[in-house]
Amino acid sequence: MSTLINDPPGIDTDLDQLEAEAISIMREVAADFERPAILFSGGKDSIVLLRVAEKAFWPAKFPFPVVHVDTGHNFPEVLEFRDCRVAELGATLVVGSVQEGIDRGDLVEERGARASRNRLQTPVLLETIAAHQFDAAIGGARRDEEKARAKERVFSFRDEFGQWDPRNQRPELWHLYNGMHQKGEHIRVFPLSNWTELDVWRYIEREALEVPPVYFTHEREVFERDGMLMATSRYLPLLPGEQPFMAAVRYRTVGDMTCTAALRSDAFDLATVIAEVAAARVTERGASRADDRFSEAAMEDRKREGYF
Amino acid sequence: MDLLRIATAGSVDDGKSTLIGRLLYDSKQVFEDTMESLDRASKAQGLGAVNLALLTDGLRAEREQGITIDVAYRYFATPRRKFIIADSPGHVQYTRNMVTGASTAELALLLVDARKGVVEQTRRHAAITALLGIRHLMLCVNKMDLVNWEQSRFDEIACSFRQLADDLGVKQVTVIPLAAVSGDNVVDPSTNMPWYTGGTLLDFLETVQIPDRARHHALRFPVQYVIRPQSDEHHDYRGYAGTVATGSVRTGDVVAILPSGVRTQVTSIDRYPGSVNEAHYGQAVTLRLAGDIDISRGQMIVGVEDQADVTTRFSADVCWMSEAMTLRPRKQFWIRHTTRRVRCLVERIDDRLDVEHYTREEAPLSLTLNDIGRVVIRTMEPLFVDPYEVSRDTGSFILIDPGTQLTVAAGMVRTPLLADAPEA
Repeated sequence: MSTLINDPPGIDTDLDQLEAEAISIMREVAADFERPAILFSGGKDSIVLLRVAEKAFWPAKFPFPVVHVDTGHNFPEVLEFRDCRVAELGATLVVGSVQEGIDRGDLVEERGARASRNRLQTPVLLETIAAHQFDAAIGGARRDEEKARAKERVFSFRDEFGQWDPRNQRPELWHLYNGMHQKGEHIRVFPLSNWTELDVWRYIEREALEVPPVYFTHEREVFERDGMLMATSRYLPLLPGEQPFMAAVRYRTVGDMTCTAALRSDAFDLATVIAEVAAARVTERGASRADDRFSEAAMEDRKREGYF
Repeated sequence: MDLLRIATAGSVDDGKSTLIGRLLYDSKQVFEDTMESLDRASKAQGLGAVNLALLTDGLRAEREQGITIDVAYRYFATPRRKFIIADSPGHVQYTRNMVTGASTAELALLLVDARKGVVEQTRRHAAITALLGIRHLMLCVNKMDLVNWEQSRFDEIACSFRQLADDLGVKQVTVIPLAAVSGDNVVDPSTNMPWYTGGTLLDFLETVQIPDRARHHALRFPVQYVIRPQSDEHHDYRGYAGTVATGSVRTGDVVAILPSGVRTQVTSIDRYPGSVNEAHYGQAVTLRLAGDIDISRGQMIVGVEDQADVTTRFSADVCWMSEAMTLRPRKQFWIRHTTRRVRCLVERIDDRLDVEHYTREEAPLSLTLNDIGRVVIRTMEPLFVDPYEVSRDTGSFILIDPGTQLTVAAGMVRTPLLADAPEA
């Protein structure tokens, strides 16, 4: 409590403004809901989310458990990072497991070489929310990621089926959020709505936050599929003609290993990653997410079902 | 870097989505994969050229119907400034979305078709933005190519728009002639209109002075959350977390707590990972106060001079946003104002604003979807208000229907009234 920050009053940078907005949204959730939770995947957006949560309630701990939906196909480095960060914050971790759902026979795995567990995350997320009676789930989604997300509210209402109805959203004005809901319904909350990919990286640099090593260049065995570089793993069988090779790559987004592609990159630290992102001519999801390539409205369709 | 928040509005087919698409595209903010998917979508619609409007129309239904339904937020940055654009639909049935987009904007960008000039929708959009407290109106006269780039046509439109802004009391007005389809005067100067000597749209957006957000200089700090770590290290810590709505606060300041009016002193302004000497408008901080005072969410910390009005009755303009329900006198709601939520009733409806002719119809029986009217609201517990024109954050509220829990109205406080004033 002894540190005195002497920054010039009156000058707020764009990142200061975005951070203040996100902090205020976090506090609103803590005050307005009975059982809120915060979603954390170990990816860059949720890393920022946890930092904002840490700041919002300091010197107290943030009053939410941390929830992760594990597809069973996640990067081991990212899971390790997740556990470290959660331990460091002294937070409670709740894991919703796709594998357990499959083992119980509740979920059916997609078949074929292109099988992905991406869609199976939705029922697991909804089940986790229901099992713990969470009435708010704070997520790191940003409006600049994707065109359906560009339409999403900061407080986004989900009915008892977990569905999002984009044509019937509550008007959201000023900074007055309406989190009212009935039992069984819940609200998804997106404090980083107004952040861009570049903002996220600039903030990570400013706050000197640690990120999983897969975000920086490393040698990895990959193969090419649909113009994207996928990591070879036991979860992703090769199709005829696909040849694994070693390449210097990094990940621009971090999801399930079966649907997240790597990029050739020699960005080795935050400064070089920021330079790369600033100069990028392809969106992060377009560059690295097979899950968005199903159709023009792939994200909208998944979100309607209750996806993140 | 500064951040400018813009709301856009235009009539159907004015080419607003195309204009924003062009702005993003020409300022190199559109990514290659987005262009490829636009290209595919444009071809699927049987279009020869890429339809830049598809950049902002993100929902399936919007693409199918070729219209914008909901507010879409767009983000772009130039080396000089960052922008958040709230792109709102133009149709009259989506007025509520325009109100939504305008509520957080500092500048409004309206659009007209050069062939049609200022139409009723322009008048409505201008009225809404002025009502929402936006001090700078800018008009893009689009499709100049379709009026042969004629200066006389532009001048005529600019003149009628300035008249309209004058009627609304808006002092700062900018009018630019352009053609979004070809990009004339959007990012690159037009060679087709040598008579126009002003800057392009992007020049303007990059250099326009951002209106002073903190017009009101007295402290307003709505208490949002009480921080009590209850840990050994911070055993007696009790901090009041919130965002400074207006003004500023310094350590040592004497402040008053509303509604009680009790005075105390600010002993510390905390912000991770320590404390600061001062906090000002827009900053999220935690205040610690001298003495053993019990304060909870929904109360307000203010400067001792120039305090907010503690009131249970006030007049306000509301925009009615519910399709299913109409607003009639005596109806009860939840009112959400700053960090406070209390029960209220709409005592009476004084008038309804004709947003096209700027006249007010006295004593209407009800307000329906997209209507804007002056009402008198009475609350069960006091609110701490300022008129909206001096403070957006402490002058704005929403009404929530207790049955459906939907947000049914957006409101702007005009004047606090006496609680026991006789019924008019």
